[in-house]
Amino acid sequence: MSRLPVKKTYKLYIGGAFPRSESGRTYEAQGQNVARASRKDVRDAVVAARAAQPKWAAATAYNRGQVLYRIAEMMEARVPEFAELCSGKDEVHRSVDRWVWYAGFADKLAQVLGSSNPVAGPYFNFTIPEPTGVVGIVSPDEPPLLGLVSRIAPALTGGNAVVALASEARPLAAIELAEAVATSDVPGGVVNLLTGHRSELAPWLASHMDVNAIDLTGADGLRTDLELAAAENVKRVIVGKPDSQSLYEISSFLELKTVWHPIGT
Amino acid sequence: MTDLEKRSDRSPVPADWTYAPAPESTDIVRLQERYGLYVGGEWLEAAEHYATIAPRDESPLANVAQASEADVRNAVGVAREAAAAWAALPGSERAKYLFRIARILAERSREFAVLESLNGGKPIKESRDVDIPLAAAHFFYYAGWADKLEYAFPNREPRPLGVAGQIIPWNFPLLMLSWKIAPALAAGNTVVLKPAETTPLTALLFCDVVRQAELPPGVVNIVTGDGSTGAALVDADVDKIAFTGSTEVGKAIQRRVAGTDKKLTLELGGKAANIVFDDAALDQAVEGIVNGIYFNQGHVCCAGSRLFVQESIYEPVVEKLKKRMATLRVGDPLDKNTDVGAINSRMQLEKIEELVAAGKEEGAEIYQSPCRLPEKGYWFAPTVFTNVAQSYRIAQEEIFGPVLSVLTFRTPDEAVEKANNTPYGLSAGIWTEKGSRILWMAQRLRAGVVWANTFNRFDPTSPFGGYKESGFGREGGLHGLEPYLDFV
Amino acid sequence: MAQAPALPRGFELPLKQRLPRIGSIDQVAVEARAGELAKRSIKKEAKVWALELAIRCTDLTTLEGQDTPGKVAALCSKAIRPDPGDPNVPSVAAVCVYPNLVPTAKERLAGSGVKVASVATAFPSGQSPLDVKLRDVQDAVAMGADEIDMVIDRGAFLSGRYAKVFDEIVQVKEACGDAHLKVILEVTELGTYDNVRRASLLAMAAGADFIKTSTGKLPGAATLPVQLVMLEAIRDVHEETGRKVGMKAAGGIRAAKNAIQYLVQVHETVGPDWLTPDLYRIGASSLLNDILMQLRKEKTGAYQSKDYFTND
Repeated sequence: MSRLPVKKTYKLYIGGAFPRSESGRTYEAQGQNVARASRKDVRDAVVAARAAQPKWAAATAYNRGQVLYRIAEMMEARVPEFAELCSGKDEVHRSVDRWVWYAGFADKLAQVLGSSNPVAGPYFNFTIPEPTGVVGIVSPDEPPLLGLVSRIAPALTGGNAVVALASEARPLAAIELAEAVATSDVPGGVVNLLTGHRSELAPWLASHMDVNAIDLTGADGLRTDLELAAAENVKRVIVGKPDSQSLYEISSFLELKTVWHPIGT
Repeated sequence: MTDLEKRSDRSPVPADWTYAPAPESTDIVRLQERYGLYVGGEWLEAAEHYATIAPRDESPLANVAQASEADVRNAVGVAREAAAAWAALPGSERAKYLFRIARILAERSREFAVLESLNGGKPIKESRDVDIPLAAAHFFYYAGWADKLEYAFPNREPRPLGVAGQIIPWNFPLLMLSWKIAPALAAGNTVVLKPAETTPLTALLFCDVVRQAELPPGVVNIVTGDGSTGAALVDADVDKIAFTGSTEVGKAIQRRVAGTDKKLTLELGGKAANIVFDDAALDQAVEGIVNGIYFNQGHVCCAGSRLFVQESIYEPVVEKLKKRMATLRVGDPLDKNTDVGAINSRMQLEKIEELVAAGKEEGAEIYQSPCRLPEKGYWFAPTVFTNVAQSYRIAQEEIFGPVLSVLTFRTPDEAVEKANNTPYGLSAGIWTEKGSRILWMAQRLRAGVVWANTFNRFDPTSPFGGYKESGFGREGGLHGLEPYLDFV
Repeated sequence: MAQAPALPRGFELPLKQRLPRIGSIDQVAVEARAGELAKRSIKKEAKVWALELAIRCTDLTTLEGQDTPGKVAALCSKAIRPDPGDPNVPSVAAVCVYPNLVPTAKERLAGSGVKVASVATAFPSGQSPLDVKLRDVQDAVAMGADEIDMVIDRGAFLSGRYAKVFDEIVQVKEACGDAHLKVILEVTELGTYDNVRRASLLAMAAGADFIKTSTGKLPGAATLPVQLVMLEAIRDVHEETGRKVGMKAAGGIRAAKNAIQYLVQVHETVGPDWLTPDLYRIGASSLLNDILMQLRKEKTGAYQSKDYFTND
């Protein structure tokens, strides 16, 4: 008799743990019952992200780079599993390589984006990039893995914590990614991944007063409403590309801080 | 010899050395009775006008146009027509126009300074030594970028956006104009700028600089009016909106552009913490506190309106502060010895009065400079509140006036926590002699500009802008070009 | 963490508990503040008043190897009656000379109300044994000096031997008897504003009646920010102890406009109480004629020529 396989329960990834939706709901996607997150799960994810963000930002850039590289390592080990859940091996490989690319940028950002400013007076003045804080990401439906990685990797590279909504139609790759992230030294709460209905969840993310920026790359028809909600706390609104790899994807999740100090004896 | 002795003992000394009035002459300013809209290098008539006044005595200065929605649409259309040719000019040519503007502003600096103080109420020493020189410097700085954009953004093929709609506040009228127009033009955009309702005159005088610089018609267009003019500009066919002003209006603008592809930068309110540690150079810290909150009557978005003093030096700091406040000379903005001028408008004065009344009611202790305020015009004495709790309105809301709230802290951690406990994040100040502590604090303060052992310094090369509800985007420096460019 | 400001070695004994903490000075900020105050616009009657005050506060000075009784006698005449053509112009506060010329000055100024000030303590370097310095002071006082301008031992100060500097001032003060003691810090040699503040507090704690910027023998000398630092120290001592110590700016003040800037700073830092020769002095030589020219300009409305003012 053939052995009955143990099936996975597809859960959310919040604060480094894998809870079911507090609502007890699921929806069927890619032939599986997937957790259907609620507004309260969004709330919990933002709380977890806020708590985790300062430490992630305070880690040395070298360390952040190593942790992001570790995600690539963890993904590389499960290429076949990922390939089944997205468009195939090519998408997985490109996703892995994307992590590697961003991992290598963590300790170069300040040099490329910062500046020393020659003010007309006896002051030392410099500008450095800093994370904006907690970023909400409405990731694109397609490609389900590469689209998600392309959006969260630049945000993480800059020291932000993210709450990302996975592809609604094909969420399984996101859950697989959560498992890779969970085993790769990323502190709990830095990455939070929610599955469910975008139209239900995105407005809560966009209107959340403790979210600093929102990425609407995958928002499609919801964009105007989400932008309206985002204005309530002057969120940074980013509409990036579903498949791009650029320093400027990182910088769109960053603030610039300028520091002055007199030069004297 | 007795007459000689008498002579040396003779005391012509009045009990107090009263400085004689030293008013800057206003003869240099020639105002028209009525102004139209500056569009396409010409003055267009408007259907409606309103009077703009001098806040020092409420006297009317001129009538300026109230631009209608159609006026704004027309101006944007003219700017759109001019955009292609302006963008197609070699950067080196655009640079030369901007250099010209910088030079002309410097040449006519006295005229601009007097008009700025007349229409805005700020002390002439500030418009003369800060606003106007910095405005000229901004044009000079961005002029040099116009033909070097590929060095600022390598591999990105920077291109202008098209037409920028720009809305500026009344606290630094010409300076904010320069912060807006200089980078926009350097990047190859044309602009439609709306000055603040209460301070349109230096922007209108700037049109004459544009004329003297022989800028192509339609590159710079100035439309005056109230909030409805601004709203019309936001809704018009512009590619970008740059706004400096209140957080409330900033949010409204962000909503208005929701779902459009208009680029947006917002430079909004603030409630900056100015943090004084017990090892600070005290007298200079007190100067920094005074400059932080009484500069330009506190009409400064980055004003250090929340003073956090380490408890161990609370008393000497407050003592020194009060003594220093007593030497502030409040009065005629045009007098060269005035330190604190007139409040910009009746509306602003009422807002300040309301919040100060709330502070008293909530139980804070008030101290005001012992100064005689003129009878006419809008005035408010430099004010400090002690015994302030974080929860009081005066410690939470932006007052935008010469009103300081003093709070205390015990440890650096507590200072950071209290300083960051606000929806705003524009600026912050740190006063300590300990270098490592400065950097530790600077790293943790959630603010776009951190002044350590100084305050309220500005420079064209230095990016300025906020975190959180203080807005997004930067003005100044290389980073200030980015909001006016499109990239591959 | 909150911490008590540390006192430098040698400071513990002399400084009483109630004296202000020493603290530090930010160079850029103090220079900016001095620059702001220097922009005050003083006009009309306020200017005339300031110019006359500047004269009344002047220590008319000659400190040259080539000084002779004849030169000092001429200077004394000028001190008593700066503008022979205008009897309303007040006398200066004092004439400041080397000890050997004290007798001449004393004689020439007798009964005029103008004081005789003498430099002493191995002026200008102060690099002599203490007993020589004390003898120098005693002799000057014996010859009739009303005021003694001493120099601190900068060598001791800069090597951290604050107690030595302090003790010397205490002993010089004792040697002065009834004569007023002005303590010259020679700020140019102190190198930093921090040191200027530290030396100011030290001198006041040791009993100085005045603290003074410079010998006038070095370039740099008095500057507006240096005076500001010293005035702030004076103000702090006054606030802590109630004692009013005087300020003397010396060296490099040559223009009337400059003198007014110094007075404005006094006015807005320590207050109008200090606007008197009892508490404020300007050590100068060529300044006086420039003030006289400005005064006459204010009275006649015409700009003046040096040819009309005596060159003593």
